[in-house]
Amino acid sequence: MAGSRRKRIKVTTPGRCATYLALVVFSAVFFIPFLWLLSTSVKPDSQIMVVPPRWIPHPFQWSNYTKGLTFANFPLFLRNTLIICTANVTGVLISCPLVAYGLSMIRWRGRDFLFVVILSTMMLPYQVVMVPLFTVFTFLRWTGTFLPLIVPAFLGNAFFIFLLRQFFMTIPRDLIDAAKIDGCSEFQIYRRIVLPLAKPVLATVALFTFMWSWNDYLGPLIYLFDESQYTISLGLAMFSSQYGSYWGMLMAVSTVVTVPIIILFFFTQRTFIQGITLTGIKG
Amino acid sequence: MGISMRKSALERTNTRNGLLFVMPTLIGLAAFTAYPVVSLLYYGFCRYTALKPPSWVGLANYEMLFHDKLFLESLYNTAYYAIFAVPLGITVAFTLAVLLNAKVKGLAVFRTIFYIPSIVPVVASSVLWLWILNPNYGLLNLMIDGFGGLLQKIGLPGISGPGWLASPQWSKPALILMSTWGIGGSVVIYLAGLQDVPQELYEAASIDGASGWHKTRHITIPFMSPYIFFTAIMGLIGSVQYFTQAWIMTGGATGSPGGPANSTMFFAMYLFQNAFQLFKMGYACAMAWLLFILILGVTLLIFKSSARYIYYGGQ
Repeated sequence: MAGSRRKRIKVTTPGRCATYLALVVFSAVFFIPFLWLLSTSVKPDSQIMVVPPRWIPHPFQWSNYTKGLTFANFPLFLRNTLIICTANVTGVLISCPLVAYGLSMIRWRGRDFLFVVILSTMMLPYQVVMVPLFTVFTFLRWTGTFLPLIVPAFLGNAFFIFLLRQFFMTIPRDLIDAAKIDGCSEFQIYRRIVLPLAKPVLATVALFTFMWSWNDYLGPLIYLFDESQYTISLGLAMFSSQYGSYWGMLMAVSTVVTVPIIILFFFTQRTFIQGITLTGIKG
Repeated sequence: MGISMRKSALERTNTRNGLLFVMPTLIGLAAFTAYPVVSLLYYGFCRYTALKPPSWVGLANYEMLFHDKLFLESLYNTAYYAIFAVPLGITVAFTLAVLLNAKVKGLAVFRTIFYIPSIVPVVASSVLWLWILNPNYGLLNLMIDGFGGLLQKIGLPGISGPGWLASPQWSKPALILMSTWGIGGSVVIYLAGLQDVPQELYEAASIDGASGWHKTRHITIPFMSPYIFFTAIMGLIGSVQYFTQAWIMTGGATGSPGGPANSTMFFAMYLFQNAFQLFKMGYACAMAWLLFILILGVTLLIFKSSARYIYYGGQ
């Protein structure tokens, strides 16, 4: 026994070194693009196309940020993005728990059928219904406004409904029955008991919704026509197509688009990681 | 009598309450799912430009699709992307998760480093990679050329970086390479899955003299197969819809996406182009309908065959 343990230590020590070595190499590969992003974002134009590259530019050209952000109207794009993000988060937080409650805490005929229908819509890719959906929004005269990017959130998101329903199913039935005997209405039970219990799941829902609307490109690309309505994603893509070789400014603007999400990640890391392992959504 | 009446009254109240609670999704499903799906079917058989109401043309759109070279090319490009990007992503993510699972110190730091690229807004990461993949001054080719110079110094034939997005042969590999940067979500999923693999099995295998590779092959992979399966399906569905990165990196915003020589014209890009730039909406609907059947077919095929190679632990 003692012999085998000693042998194991001998065998595993080089193995552990190899593990660490591999991890460090992989981390470097994953991390270097960020260094390249930051380094280029403060490079003077004359140092951008230098071989071998200068990782620490001299001097730092901070004007890449100010120039890049004022060339196109990025403060306005940021405002638009925040409006869309806030509306989406509000929308899913209102609609999804309501629907999930109706699908889990009340017994009624047709409930399970509706649940299966909602689940099956998760399999329907956005691009399949993209064109007819555009027709619907054209009919409503909503194209060219934020409405097509906002209103659907108020009508529920299949994925989050599923997530919340699964959570509601774990709430002890006795708690609900006791409240009913005390004379609470369904809505009071929902508002006073179920919603407060669901806070951690709601945080996950809010977080992922915010990220998705912050990152969304295809939706705004289809529905927003006027530059004054652009989101930061649309704005950055437009900027990149017009100033394709101004890498310093492009990287500065890309940094500005990325940093809020990374800060958000660091503040909500636990919710994030739990959210992914809970649901399989990958951010 | 009284009881049954009370019961039916309760049922009515419950049905009313239930319907009230799910009302948002009923409206949403009707307006933004059911109606679009039905009209999609119909539009697929129509000539439909945004300006005129749709007119019935039968199977003409579908016939045209099969003679449309660019459409077939977009199918090929999409299949190429999926066949390489999905397995590569799974392999790298799985390797990283197994490495991280070896009770390493600084797990949280490593995990964060691997995860963060996947939350970078997709337009920002596309612009960043456009710069990294720049054939002349991009980071990747600078590194490859530097390595090539070292090889030459010691008397070996040197190598130099390819044209990446400027070359029809290398444009798809460039996008596939870029996609592996964003696999952090899978790493986190696998890492969670690895916690469920019973440790006794490894100990038992060690006593029997199994090597590290044998343990991975016969214990870790079978236990992880449901997770791998899940990420494979999601990855596949994602690749069929692959759009934003390629659209931005190959000139979508300037109006001529898919270059060079249509080597990066993916299915979803061609669909978008037909619908919203050429206004051939009927044609685009026919494509969308095929896309749906394609995704459904592939998913069903994988599900059916999955029973053979997926091991569901104790369940």
